[in-house]
Amino acid sequence: MNKRLHIKKTSSIKAVFPADCGTTLQRPLFLSGVSAGFPSPADDYLDRKLDLNEHLVKNPAATFFVRVAGDSMLGAGINDNDILVVDRSLEPCSGSIVIAVVNGELTVKRLIKSKTSCRLAAENPDYPDLKIDEETPLEIWGVATYAIHSL
Amino acid sequence: MPYTASEMFGLIDCNNFYASCERLFRPDLMNRPVVVLSNNDGCIIARSNEAKALGIGMGTPYFKQDALIRKHDVAVFSSNYPLYGDISQRVMDILMQLEPDVEIYSIDEAFIRLQAGRHCDLESWGRFLKTTVQQRTGIPVSIGFGPTKTLAKIANRLAKKNSSAAGIFVITDQQSADRLLAAVPVGDIWGIGRRHAARLKKQAIHTALELKNCADTWIRKQLTVTGLRTAMELRGIPCISLEKAGPAKKSICTSRSFGQPVYTLGDLQEAVATYTTQAACKLRSEGLRTTVLDVFIRTNSFKKDAPQYCSRQTFTLSAPSSHTATLIKIALASLNAIYRPGYRYQKAGVLLNGLVPENYEQLRLFHAPAPCNETSLMKAVDIINRRWGRDTIQSAAAGLAKEWHFRQMKKSPAYTTRWSELPIAKASFPESFSMA
Repeated sequence: MNKRLHIKKTSSIKAVFPADCGTTLQRPLFLSGVSAGFPSPADDYLDRKLDLNEHLVKNPAATFFVRVAGDSMLGAGINDNDILVVDRSLEPCSGSIVIAVVNGELTVKRLIKSKTSCRLAAENPDYPDLKIDEETPLEIWGVATYAIHSL
Repeated sequence: MPYTASEMFGLIDCNNFYASCERLFRPDLMNRPVVVLSNNDGCIIARSNEAKALGIGMGTPYFKQDALIRKHDVAVFSSNYPLYGDISQRVMDILMQLEPDVEIYSIDEAFIRLQAGRHCDLESWGRFLKTTVQQRTGIPVSIGFGPTKTLAKIANRLAKKNSSAAGIFVITDQQSADRLLAAVPVGDIWGIGRRHAARLKKQAIHTALELKNCADTWIRKQLTVTGLRTAMELRGIPCISLEKAGPAKKSICTSRSFGQPVYTLGDLQEAVATYTTQAACKLRSEGLRTTVLDVFIRTNSFKKDAPQYCSRQTFTLSAPSSHTATLIKIALASLNAIYRPGYRYQKAGVLLNGLVPENYEQLRLFHAPAPCNETSLMKAVDIINRRWGRDTIQSAAAGLAKEWHFRQMKKSPAYTTRWSELPIAKASFPESFSMA
């Protein structure tokens, strides 16, 4: 398997800090709220903060993150080292970006299905497509829904 | 005669759970035998079906199976609890989305309760649950249904053993139950321990059917009321209900065997401080504080020729605490009191007892309440360690090198709980492949 999977937990310690728990900050206790000036007119209209998980992860129990190694999917906007959000609860359909098991490895490709054939397509002219037939049975591990990459 | 119970129970059990977790991100292991080792890489605690077929026994020492493992190219893993815990939670979450009444029974088992008539065909409902869990988490499960939890357990065993059952087995009526129970040894019944099984065998009770047909008074005399409850459950009368909220934790124990024998007080201090740190962290994550702290140390009792020593020291706190530094100070004082030089120590541990919720505090006349900066300091430490990995910030008493630390030579990555250890998806083709 890929060497990068086996990143050892680094046990190098950068610094050791003595803990100083001796100081306390005493604060007075007020029994009623203190109002200073007008209450904010926005108070009644406050929304929750936006949570990116809500946007990216629809089925938390079925969602996994995987890291991309390689550039065969550049045309789909997926770069080397990107993190893919993979939802295993989705049914793969033609056109889905999928994580497929190829040769015992997790591989990212676009699934192209037609009535008569099925292939895993790369999105980079340097890489050939992989045709799926009886000799190479297809196992789809999950469907990728988002790619996260830094700009 | 079909059962007249108003509800049915199901037991969902993940197949070879730890081995299945190891395979999830390693499809190359799909048909290879896989085993998982206990803490310290000592014994084999999980086996894939292929490994079972090789005759590798559950709980056998790893070194004894070494030749077999090499010969058959068995994939060996140290236990990776962050991974198993995360996958377990996913399986349970999915069950809870699909079923209203779920009891999480262990890391890889859950009971469900179904109102009679909610699913007209239990077998196909079971198949749906099985497929859904497998698709979403990649973990294969077996499901047994019965009118009681005890029968659901037995049905689950049959779901695993009978290849024709394909992972689902339903006990629907008395006659078929009797036929099945005749083939179940008493020792395999849920709730009948080894000692009770031996006792029953002496009285010529060998199968679940024989136990089921014994007189109540006799069972009660032999096995107490708990055994009678089990017998009633075998008859299809539910006596053990679904426990949805697990009982509040009564104690927390952190103890490990060392990777190699430890002689010095210094090494023991590091180990005890480390276990105290872990226990305190667990305590805070459950929203609890402790009032009693036990420290224990012992030598290897299997090495009969070596001098033996074991001791335990209990300390009662004046006020409940979950503050790591406070607890370490107490634990080390206790350790110093029981340590004797000249022994090969093999194990140490910390046990927290008398746990109280952290919002409960009996104010005392002459004691200041726990300073609030202790609480916020611990909160900050927990957040940092959760984000950047355990031991990013730790007490210096817990040591840096941790020479005594248990062996984990073959641990797989924390695929689902660390950004730096995510599984890799290849975006290139292996060259051996045919081109379209």
